[in-house]
Amino acid sequence: MITYELLQNYWWLLVTLLGALLVFLMFVQGANSQIFTLGKTEAERQLIVNSTGRKWEFTFTTLVTFGGAFFASFPLFYSTSFGGAYWVWMLILFSFVLQAVSYEFQSKLGNFLGKTTYRAFLVFNGVLGPVLLGTAVGTFFHGANFVVNKDVMGESIAPAISQWANAWHGLDAVANPWNVVLGLVVFFLDRILGDLYLVNNIDDEQLAPRVRRQLLIDTVVFLILFLAFVGHLLLMDGWAVDPTTGVVGLEAYKYLHNFLALPAVLVLFLLGVVLVLFGIAKTLLMPTFKRGIWATGIGAVLAVWALLMIAGYNHTAYYPSLADPQSSLTLANSCSSEFTLTAMGVVSLIIPFVLAYIFYAWRAIDRKSLTRRELEQDEHLY
Amino acid sequence: MTLLHAFDPAVLDWSRAQFALTACYHWLFVPLTLGLALVMAIIETAYYRTGDEFWKTTAQFWQKLFGINFAIGVATGIILEFEFGTNWSNYSWFVGDIFGAPLAIEGILAFFMESTFIAVMFFGWNKVSRGFHLASTWLTGLGATISAWWILVANSWMQHPTGMDFNPDTVRNEMMDFFGVAFQSFAVHKFFHTVSSGWLTGAVFVVAVSCWYLLRNRNVKMATKSIKVASIVGFFAALVVAGTGDQSGVDIARHQPMKLAAAEGLYDGGKGAPFSIVPGVHVPKVLSVLATHDPDGYVPGINDILYKGYTNTEGEQVLPATEKMKQGQKALEAFKTYRATRHTNPEKAAEARKTFEEHKAYFGYGYIQKVEDLVPPVFLVYWPFRVMVGAGGALLLVMALFWWFERKGRLQQHRWLLHVGIWSVVLVYLAEQAGWIVAEVGRQPWAIQDLLPVGAAISKLSVSSVQTTFFLFLIVFTALLIAELRILFSAIKKHEQE
Ligand code: HDD
Ligand code: HEM
Ligand code: HEM
Repeated sequence: MITYELLQNYWWLLVTLLGALLVFLMFVQGANSQIFTLGKTEAERQLIVNSTGRKWEFTFTTLVTFGGAFFASFPLFYSTSFGGAYWVWMLILFSFVLQAVSYEFQSKLGNFLGKTTYRAFLVFNGVLGPVLLGTAVGTFFHGANFVVNKDVMGESIAPAISQWANAWHGLDAVANPWNVVLGLVVFFLDRILGDLYLVNNIDDEQLAPRVRRQLLIDTVVFLILFLAFVGHLLLMDGWAVDPTTGVVGLEAYKYLHNFLALPAVLVLFLLGVVLVLFGIAKTLLMPTFKRGIWATGIGAVLAVWALLMIAGYNHTAYYPSLADPQSSLTLANSCSSEFTLTAMGVVSLIIPFVLAYIFYAWRAIDRKSLTRRELEQDEHLY
Repeated sequence: MTLLHAFDPAVLDWSRAQFALTACYHWLFVPLTLGLALVMAIIETAYYRTGDEFWKTTAQFWQKLFGINFAIGVATGIILEFEFGTNWSNYSWFVGDIFGAPLAIEGILAFFMESTFIAVMFFGWNKVSRGFHLASTWLTGLGATISAWWILVANSWMQHPTGMDFNPDTVRNEMMDFFGVAFQSFAVHKFFHTVSSGWLTGAVFVVAVSCWYLLRNRNVKMATKSIKVASIVGFFAALVVAGTGDQSGVDIARHQPMKLAAAEGLYDGGKGAPFSIVPGVHVPKVLSVLATHDPDGYVPGINDILYKGYTNTEGEQVLPATEKMKQGQKALEAFKTYRATRHTNPEKAAEARKTFEEHKAYFGYGYIQKVEDLVPPVFLVYWPFRVMVGAGGALLLVMALFWWFERKGRLQQHRWLLHVGIWSVVLVYLAEQAGWIVAEVGRQPWAIQDLLPVGAAISKLSVSSVQTTFFLFLIVFTALLIAELRILFSAIKKHEQE
């Protein structure tokens, strides 16, 4: 039987999967944040830019689709978070706008701002994108300052169902340092993925050893931050929903409980972490091994997916309100109607076909690693 | 707990300005993406069939210009999608159950197709077979076109909401009929009108660039052959534009009479209404023909809609707006009572619900403060409409001339024609912008026609926040536009073939 509740859970599964894929695909940002530090010469920088330049569209499109799918399935989140945490989202978007033109424009004649400016835009997006998105996701656990009151729709002048409870409009997320820690966790994970991607995608004797050294540094920082965050998460109180009354209240060790209540998610998480570490370790230990991105990439998707899942499953408020806990968003009170979730559920059956042609096309153009020689003959050089 | 800050109407103005700014910038690039995709795919098909390297270099040249334009099209698009949440948050909840779906489908179905195959198109020349490459070029254009379909479904639904019902328990409209939303005739007409206008834009652009070469006697073969392809595409596109524009006129006469009245500056309507060419110059009965396809059809004017009421072509009695507002206020009152009593006093709630159901058709009118607010800025609808339709006629003629003279092989003898070809590109962009201004400004003050006015759609933000982002967008997009144009011009200037 397909119930309303099942549909809500299904859509949370899909939206969080898109979120996890987005974190993985931000390896583009992770690599771009290091254009100037990894690339010492113009030729090396060009290699990096052209290498991520063949993938950035997927990251971007995943971000757009993540937004669209969230809108369609949990519209109250869309209106509450985007309208409320205005500044965080605007900054994220700005950085992606700048990124989108920077590849195509940077080495073209007459580009008005100069190559270095466009590369600086890439670095800007490379840092801000993952850090801010990670910080925003931190509020799934730590809550945000908003109030939802649907009765105001009866006011005839400028009713606003969702309102931010302070004037910071999202910048208040940094008031809780753990949000920032999560932002940095995402950032360093994406740098690791970026390093592994460059190892895999570029064939260059000068660049390769430097990227591998950087991988070690990024991994150390990542591990410290990641372990701290996971420890904090397992020990912290979380916002639970009473399934019969819908009342939201604090519960000690909420996320630990969620993992224990959903052993499959826990297994996914642990498997993800193991794969992440395996890919990194094998790359660091074997100088000829280039496929670390696959293990670490899949691992990252699984681990992030599991983390996002426990933010919403098992009667948890996935977007808790600190200003008024009863305004907190849950899967049940923020989702679309049963009809829409069903219709969109049918649409979602197309996703495997989309993934299949992406995979096919990707393989077709990635059969050989990128080299300096190829860039010399390339017809579409950035 | 409620937070009722004093509402500053300037937030509404700045949010509208920001949406208008970002949408108009996006629309500078979208039509060319749609149009160039078609022209370059046809040219690459010629390469595939003949194997002649000339066609390959020609296709690659247009693809290069396509890429420059595409990047900035993508950059300006992402903002629009998220602005529904950031600036129109009430809108996002009130109709998100319906409106989110096309945006999500667009991402899943269209954007991934575009971004996957564009990568093969740009990077795959030496890596995949000729057939696979050609397919990728066509699929890139198909992806863009499918994206247009879904975003225009969303836009059409704002112009003519169907297939939903308001639920006072969740305080939103909920979808009842997916196909009614996804395939209503309004959307079909809008799609073909908009996409064909994009084809026309691509064609005029190719003609203009080619004319520039011919005037300088450079790249003559490429320019002539490109004009051949583009003028035929443009000619047929212009026919489709005119036909579907006519259908759009009928649609708005039926569902958005105020928009039509504003587009015609028609204050007092009647049967056999005249068409205004410019103020003071009228052709009798033509407006009735356009709006109803009947010379004696009734077309209401602004005063009829606001104060008098009228009988529409389907023979239904339409209430004057003043009356709709009264009923809307009753609906709003009943809604409030229902919400206040539904957990405490079921009888009173049931009664309020009944009153609500009686008047809910005019719920949205309850938010309107003054009846005059229901009139969109007439000047901003009237003049752009004339620009668009005038340009449509002129461009059809221009495309026909190019087709004719190219066939005769006499393009370069007629330098005036080459100049006309270059200047047409200004005309087509004016028409594109004008079209959206008619469609969107003509809808004011409604965010969703008759359902939700813009004043009830916006987020609670401070004026200074929205002002800041407005100017940020203005500066960033303008800088990027300058960069894009300079890159485009350099690429055109530099290109040497054969
Ligand atoms: C008739 C066509 C049409 C219209 C009316 C719009 N767009 Fe658009 N959009 C396109 C046709 C298009 C396109 C042709 O598919 C683009 C333009 C250039 C491009 O790369 O794709 C695109 C790009 C584009 C992107 C980037 C997609 C990517 O990742 O590749 C987004 C997020 C949007 N659009 C969103 C919107 C929104 C929210 C609109 C309305 C408010 C809108 N577009 C109006
Ligand atoms: C097809 C998808 C589109 C959708 C869903 C859409 C939706 C909207 C929304 C929600 C607003 C803000 C509310 C309002 O002020 O009415 C708006 C305003 C506006 N849009 Fe669109 N729009 C679309 C495309 C466009 C495009 C491509 C253009 C122009 C190139 C455009 C031109 C405008 C203008 C000029 C306004 C401001 C009108 C005013 O506030 O006076 N729209 N539109
Ligand atoms: C040939 C005569 C034309 C007629 C009779 C015509 C008619 C119309 C009408 C009635 C609308 C408003 C539809 C609505 O509000 O829903 C419209 C919108 C529009 N027009 Fe035209 N038009 C013509 C030519 C053109 C040309 C030449 C272009 C551009 C090259 C163009 C581009 C647009 C665009 C982009 C829109 C907004 C999207 C839409 O609402 O479909 N039109 N047109």
